[in-house]
Amino acid sequence: MDLYLALALQIVYGIANLVLISLGLAIIFGMMRVINLAHGEFLMLGGYTVVVSTNAGLNIWLAMLVLAPLVVGIIGVIVERVMIRFLYGRMVDTLLATWGLSLVLIGLVTTIFGAQTATSISPPLGAIHIGDFTSSGYELFLIGVTAVLSILAYCALKYTRIGLIARGTMQGAEIASALGVSTSRTYAITFGVGAAVSGLAGGLLAPITGVLPSIGATYIAKAFITVISGGTAILAGTLSASTLLGSVNSVLSYITGPTMGEVGLLVVAIVLLRLMPQGITARLFRRSL
Amino acid sequence: MSTTRRTFLKGTAATAAALTAPAIIGKAMAADKIKLVSILDQSGGLDIYGKPMVAATKMAVAEINASGGLLGREVDLKMYDPQSSIQYYTQYATQAAASDRADVVHAGITSASREAIRPTLDRFQTLYFYNTQYEGGVCDRNVFCTGSTPAHTVEKLVPHAMKKWGKKVYILAADYNYGQIIADWVEKFVRDEGGETVATEFFPLDVTNFGPTIQKIQAAKPDMIWSALVGGAHISFYRQYAAAGMHKNIPLASTTYGVGNEHQLMSAEEGNGILTAYSYFQEIDTPANKAFVKRFQEANGGAAAPYLNELAVRSYEGVMLWAQAVRDAGSVERMKVIEALEAPVKIDAPSGTIAIEPTTHHETLNTYIAELKDKQFEVQETFLAQEPTDTMQVCDLKANPDTVKFYFENGLEAAGIK
Repeated sequence: MDLYLALALQIVYGIANLVLISLGLAIIFGMMRVINLAHGEFLMLGGYTVVVSTNAGLNIWLAMLVLAPLVVGIIGVIVERVMIRFLYGRMVDTLLATWGLSLVLIGLVTTIFGAQTATSISPPLGAIHIGDFTSSGYELFLIGVTAVLSILAYCALKYTRIGLIARGTMQGAEIASALGVSTSRTYAITFGVGAAVSGLAGGLLAPITGVLPSIGATYIAKAFITVISGGTAILAGTLSASTLLGSVNSVLSYITGPTMGEVGLLVVAIVLLRLMPQGITARLFRRSL
Repeated sequence: MSTTRRTFLKGTAATAAALTAPAIIGKAMAADKIKLVSILDQSGGLDIYGKPMVAATKMAVAEINASGGLLGREVDLKMYDPQSSIQYYTQYATQAAASDRADVVHAGITSASREAIRPTLDRFQTLYFYNTQYEGGVCDRNVFCTGSTPAHTVEKLVPHAMKKWGKKVYILAADYNYGQIIADWVEKFVRDEGGETVATEFFPLDVTNFGPTIQKIQAAKPDMIWSALVGGAHISFYRQYAAAGMHKNIPLASTTYGVGNEHQLMSAEEGNGILTAYSYFQEIDTPANKAFVKRFQEANGGAAAPYLNELAVRSYEGVMLWAQAVRDAGSVERMKVIEALEAPVKIDAPSGTIAIEPTTHHETLNTYIAELKDKQFEVQETFLAQEPTDTMQVCDLKANPDTVKFYFENGLEAAGIK
């Protein structure tokens, strides 16, 4: 019984982990149609922000929840202004440009911090006990943060004026512009928010995965698979795709080992996209966000 | 640039000449300087291993030259960075042999990179040193593998850890050639000691979520964990293991933890108690090693210098072994140097007295078992002059000098061990 409870927690964490690493990409790629190959590096920068500021004496919670999204969000706005804004509607070009950006960011961070970094920050919460089993309290915290983040994103898109403007601009920039919306500012802010969410995720994951300049590469494929499987509705899509892929991955990892877990995740994604080429939300939850 | 018929003919003639008669040209054009080419990853995913190895190689050549060079000639070090890409390895190995006409090549970190360039260097008859700890099994008269192999480290650490913690072992390993073969060795040594392997799990190199595995370990209740996890992403395992409070319940032994300087990436509390075995630790308490560490740190930015692990020191000692063989042979000619190495060559190095084991071209070296305490390795047990007995089971270059084979390519079972 305890084992099933501990396992259930693992599955929920597996899902939350996917939502966390994909949400920023869902905003930038799902909403803005910018293929952001530097997404992994946004996560990595969030991680470095937390490590550097914590080692400099800043409170770890402040570093993770405030500083990481702020720093990466600002970097996102700068990137949008000097690079991405010239490339809207040119998907292949954004792919090349952001790939270049990803290489530059990896190179810059390696030059500044070296290939390996002394990341002596430990997860700030201890272990929790479920009967005979122990699990990481920090993972429970991450599940909570992911839930809050999803609800916040939903409310922001659904109930706020800026959310409405953002959705309108992404659907029809010219109409929005005709109604007096500054579309270029909306694009910059949306990209910045996407980057900030990525930075937050990277910062939150730093204590349990560690940071290296090349750590982004381990996230990027999973993030893209999740967002593409999710389809057009960014929030419902990311959540439903994460639930499906995360459960398959966790359960298979437990039964057969992580190699088959990864294989299972990919097989499910391929079959899913064969049956629903536009992603889950093109068929189900069609009117959701 | 346009290619006329004349330049084209010139070019092809030169290439053909270079390809057909590299040995002859090499001798005819032998310059004043002795050429040592090093091919090690300084960028890309493997740079956490490569950078300290590069620093150590540079230091070895600088020290040789400061003491007057070899045979009165300066050693010219040429370094290539293959950027963690196998394709560049083959390209640079060809360049080193055909264009630079290297007297010796010291190269390779992963087994894949070694196997990519070994045939090239064999074909060009260029002496090759592979200075990395690996799974053992290379048997090739042109190649010297100076790193430790499972018989040096795993075979010593398994009984030590089992005596300390118990007989039920849970193995975690990276899912590629090296991890698979190391897992084979661990299973064999556990069985030899009368223990039991409760599970063996393999992880692709980019796995960062070890949650399901940590629950599985708790369900299996082993006495100890053996980790053959490799690379940056796998460091997550140690963190998540500690975050779940497991490091206090089930202890951990490894012969991969530390060569990527993982112990410096984790807090003291998370790492305390991990057992490792290598042929070198920076903390080895001998005057020779202390002087060596001091020289290395002075040459590499003082306190900011990387921790000296086995990989870095093997690179340094590999160059030194070759240099001693050149002195013994009185020549840089390949066969004469190989014979001097097989004599066998023996030197006093920072890790202790080391020698080439002539039947396998591997190394006889000291092995140390150490426990991690407050980010420092405390040496617990020392084994002097250990032979590469794993490779010796399959390889005898004295009896069969023409062997060119990597015996453990398809695992231990295929090699007839198990």
